[in-house]
Amino acid sequence: MNQTVSILIVDDEESVRHSLYNWFREDGYVVGVAKDAYDALEQMEKTKWDILLLDIRMPGMDGLELQRRIRQVNTDVIIIIMTAYASVDTAVQSLKEGAYDYVVKPFNPDNLSHLIRNATEQLSLKSENTQLRNNIRQISCGDEIVGQSPQMRRIMELVQTVAPSDSTVVIRGESGTGKEMIARAIHCHSPRRYFPIVPVNCGALPETLLESELFGHEKGAFTGAQTRRKGRFEMADRGTLFLDEIGNISPKMQMELLRVLESKQFSRVGGNQTIQVDVRIICATNKNLEKAVEDGEFREDLYYRINVFTIILPPLRERKSDIPLLAQHFLRKYASSMNKSITEIAPEAMNLLVQHQWPGNIRELENAIERAMVVGKPPTLKAEDLPFQLTAQSGTDESQPITLEEIEKKHIAQILKKTNWNISRAAELLKIDRVTLYNKIKKFQLRK
Amino acid sequence: MAKVHILPIEYPDKSNLPELANAVANEFRWPVVVDEQPFDMQFALDERRKQYNSSQILVALHSVPIGTDDKIIAVTTYDLFIPILTFVFGEAQLDGPTAVVSIFRLRQEFYGLPLDNTLLEKRLIKETIHELGHTFGLHHCSNYTCVLNASTYVEEIDLKSQHFCDRCRQEIELKTRVPL
Ligand SMILES: [Zn+2]
Ligand SMILES: [Zn+2]
Repeated sequence: MNQTVSILIVDDEESVRHSLYNWFREDGYVVGVAKDAYDALEQMEKTKWDILLLDIRMPGMDGLELQRRIRQVNTDVIIIIMTAYASVDTAVQSLKEGAYDYVVKPFNPDNLSHLIRNATEQLSLKSENTQLRNNIRQISCGDEIVGQSPQMRRIMELVQTVAPSDSTVVIRGESGTGKEMIARAIHCHSPRRYFPIVPVNCGALPETLLESELFGHEKGAFTGAQTRRKGRFEMADRGTLFLDEIGNISPKMQMELLRVLESKQFSRVGGNQTIQVDVRIICATNKNLEKAVEDGEFREDLYYRINVFTIILPPLRERKSDIPLLAQHFLRKYASSMNKSITEIAPEAMNLLVQHQWPGNIRELENAIERAMVVGKPPTLKAEDLPFQLTAQSGTDESQPITLEEIEKKHIAQILKKTNWNISRAAELLKIDRVTLYNKIKKFQLRK
Repeated sequence: MAKVHILPIEYPDKSNLPELANAVANEFRWPVVVDEQPFDMQFALDERRKQYNSSQILVALHSVPIGTDDKIIAVTTYDLFIPILTFVFGEAQLDGPTAVVSIFRLRQEFYGLPLDNTLLEKRLIKETIHELGHTFGLHHCSNYTCVLNASTYVEEIDLKSQHFCDRCRQEIELKTRVPL
């Protein structure tokens, strides 16, 4: 990335030049160094530089004077001043004279990358730098497979509909149905896809930790907080925040969350600086939120704030036609990560997979395939490799194909039992005449 | 045959090193060895900052005998810095043989949070693979799920995976194919 952006570092200290040189090269920038102002002017003659990092205190000509000289002939180059605390006044002076910004040594890595990123953004705006844009397009959205059943197609249509907007989405469904996957799909189809989607499992953390997790904290905010910590809201800036198990958060957090959603700003724990964020919210829950509102466990105002667009995910057992596709997908995934050349699933094994009820849904299916891949031998995954084969075999009517005749026999026996062998009543319920019913009873050898 | 050396320095609890070696071997498809030899880091200590200069460590690591195409990464519990920045998680020589990574700021306790060894191991794996990626000449990647995405906050490490994205994978496969 950033192949087209060049940075010239001007500092009399060798260690500083060396550090910055390394740091920016890892980022893929074209980097040059100059040991003083004269060296810098010479390099400016030879090559076109996009960004100049100038140390303000240098023997001979100082940074401020150098900036003046450069500005006389070049108004395009972005100049960033590096300073020690002692010379902040001069740095401010440099801003007045057209520096882009200044940094105080030593700087926080995050500040430096932000500064450079903002500067390059300005550059690319200036010159319509298409190279950078092309780079952005290469961000892939993962290769998650959702399924091709009619239910899932309908859901993907909903995803496509809601993705381009910024509206809040609530994804509901049993645990393991792939709520996070759908959240990622929405994010990946949205204009925010070039920024992160940040997941938070709200149910897994106690209140105080969740607060610091979401909003971050300042140094010394509580015992042991030795440094400033960035919260998930900040991390998700310009991207998407995925709040999983939203139904499980405490009343206090519900209130805080509502406040942030309404104002789009917050402060870190133990801090008073207000932080503005631009975040899209996607929530997920397996709870009945309406009932939680009724029972007073979930704030009604928060419910209305998040419940703008709802997507309900069906359990896996209601879309069995997706099982083969998903199973193949997990097979490939684990074959590659375990470096094991298992390439196919035996028909009997696939049969078992399709018959299984999957109370744990997709997650359970994935775990089952992963476990089977551990014990299985290349090239085929067999029924005996699956963790639940025994239970399925003992439940005969589940695993063995049932003929129509068997079903007919069972059903007639049931109706006869229900009517206490009242033949006229049973024939009526079965919508057949009594003679036919007598014949069936004889054929199937049914007894009272 | 070329290999990756992991050199623990001031690293008392070695329990996560086997898993680290395993993950690195998987990602680069190169053999990995954990070296056991004394290496004194005190020369890199900055008395005022109470931190260790990672650029100096990279240079000093050249004295450790390794094969011509080998890579070596030091793992340490000491806090690292480069002169211009307040800290670094690690540093590498771009397209060079040496790298260093520190768990000092990868530990949850550093941020006042409960100890979490599983998370620490994941972070260590990602940062090690990241720095080693640089030693093979790869730059930072803009894909935020890619291990080569630049992280300046520990939370950003958690966001990325321990794997290369497709584009970086292609590149690393070319770079790791050295004459045996
Ligand atoms: Zn890096
Ligand atoms: Zn990448």
